[in-house]
Amino acid sequence: MKLIIAYIQPEKLNAVKKSLQAKEVAKMSVTNALGCGQQQGYRESYRGVDIEVNLLKKVRIEIAVNEDFVEPTVEAIIAGARTDQIGDGKIFIVNLEECIRIRTGERGRLAIG
Amino acid sequence: MAYAVGSLALLMLALSPGAFADETITDAMFAVNNTWMLVATFLVFTMHLGFASLEAGLTRAKNTVNILCKNTAIVAIGLLTYAICGFGLMYPGEFNGFLGFAGFGLDPGENGMTIAYANGAYTYWTDFIFQAMFAATAATIVSGAVAERVKLGPFLIFSTIYVAVAYPIVGSWKWGGGFLDGMGFYDFAGSTLVHSVGGWAALAGIIVLGPRAGKYGNGGTRAIAGHSLPLATIGVFMLWLGWYGFNGGSVLSADPGAVSLVFVTTSLAAAAGVIGAMLTSWTVQKKPDLSMILNGALAGLVGITAGADAVSVMASILIGLIAGVIVVFAVLGFDRLKLDDPVGATSVHLVCGVFGTLAVGVFSAEHSFTTQLIGVLCYAAVCFPSALILFLGLKYTVGIRVDETEEDCGLDIGEHGMEAYSGFQIFTTQ
Repeated sequence: MKLIIAYIQPEKLNAVKKSLQAKEVAKMSVTNALGCGQQQGYRESYRGVDIEVNLLKKVRIEIAVNEDFVEPTVEAIIAGARTDQIGDGKIFIVNLEECIRIRTGERGRLAIG
Repeated sequence: MAYAVGSLALLMLALSPGAFADETITDAMFAVNNTWMLVATFLVFTMHLGFASLEAGLTRAKNTVNILCKNTAIVAIGLLTYAICGFGLMYPGEFNGFLGFAGFGLDPGENGMTIAYANGAYTYWTDFIFQAMFAATAATIVSGAVAERVKLGPFLIFSTIYVAVAYPIVGSWKWGGGFLDGMGFYDFAGSTLVHSVGGWAALAGIIVLGPRAGKYGNGGTRAIAGHSLPLATIGVFMLWLGWYGFNGGSVLSADPGAVSLVFVTTSLAAAAGVIGAMLTSWTVQKKPDLSMILNGALAGLVGITAGADAVSVMASILIGLIAGVIVVFAVLGFDRLKLDDPVGATSVHLVCGVFGTLAVGVFSAEHSFTTQLIGVLCYAAVCFPSALILFLGLKYTVGIRVDETEEDCGLDIGEHGMEAYSGFQIFTTQ
């Protein structure tokens, strides 16, 4: 079992969800995040003064998957989020120790669904 | 001394009951009339705060700066163009009934400040500024309909031309003493002249612009929720407040009977609009939708605007009620036709503006339904095509729609390079 954590551009979320659905991955959780990598950011200004935007808005998606879904999920995320520009984001894959469904108490592969 | 006593006597005469029925208008009456008209002027002005809040509340947070900027600019554009040429086009004096021009700029003339100007009802300046507020109101109706995807520059160009030229010319047909006025067409405060004029332009804009990305697809409609219903509610109440000036000032004097009646018909129509919309929404949508109820209040107000002084109290309630029902179905209907209107501007101003105008023909014995219909059609025949041509012209020259990336990221960043809610994390993903 793996936990896939992806940081993507916020406006790519809908595209990513669509491509995930096409690979039959529908369970995920999404949070707002601020982050920076290589991206210099966009220009903002306020009352004549340019704003240094160091931490940029990102969206963080967390998906718990069984082994065989890891590659399809990663491919789907990349397909939806990639724009070939700096700032597209990153995907991390971490080992998932255990997964429990609260409603039924199922554990492991069954709980991930 | 004699002068003072004489003035006092005149004053007492003026303030005695029935003074307004007298032929002679005194200085005191002139002052009262003019003061009320100026109060009505700034009440209409507050409607812009109402529009700004309502539109901001019913659209997404990532486009808020853009909406507010459009609303602020339109007030400025409306007032300035009206001073430059609008007033002269709308009130050309003696003209052929279709198109006339009293000249650029403002000129009070010899008696602009005296009782002689408007029989003691208001001065030239009051006349101008009161009407100027109406012009700006017509222009701002469009901004809600085209929100969240129209480019700022082309939109401002459209608004400038439309409010400087189209609005006053078609307005002259009735309020300027033109051919429709001669036919007996009746529009007390602007259901047609303001609301439908704005509404036709809004419809043209929606058609040429197309819907927001993701709104329609897979055969269905996706809700794009407004980000602040408190703001929207504040907006509607500000509009309702301003309407007391919009309708109350359209009496064009402080005549106690007329103004107080108009206050009552206006209020009851708005109230009936709320109830009508609430019941309809509750029935059709299973749960009452606040944005529909808010639209219902406005529908009632727009509906009564044509005949606030010409229909009975009972009729005003009926008009408001029907408008409230109509507006819910209009909103749903426009979505069925894949015409995306984020704030319901076409449903409220166009549909209910036409309804309100026709309602005068139905509920008032002195006005003919046919004449009202002719008037509605005349405005449709000029306003809709001219707005369509303007939008199409802009589309095929400079383009009127932002590109997909900008629509995704939000117009606040794309058009303005700033955020409405700096420091807050909003979801820009919708």
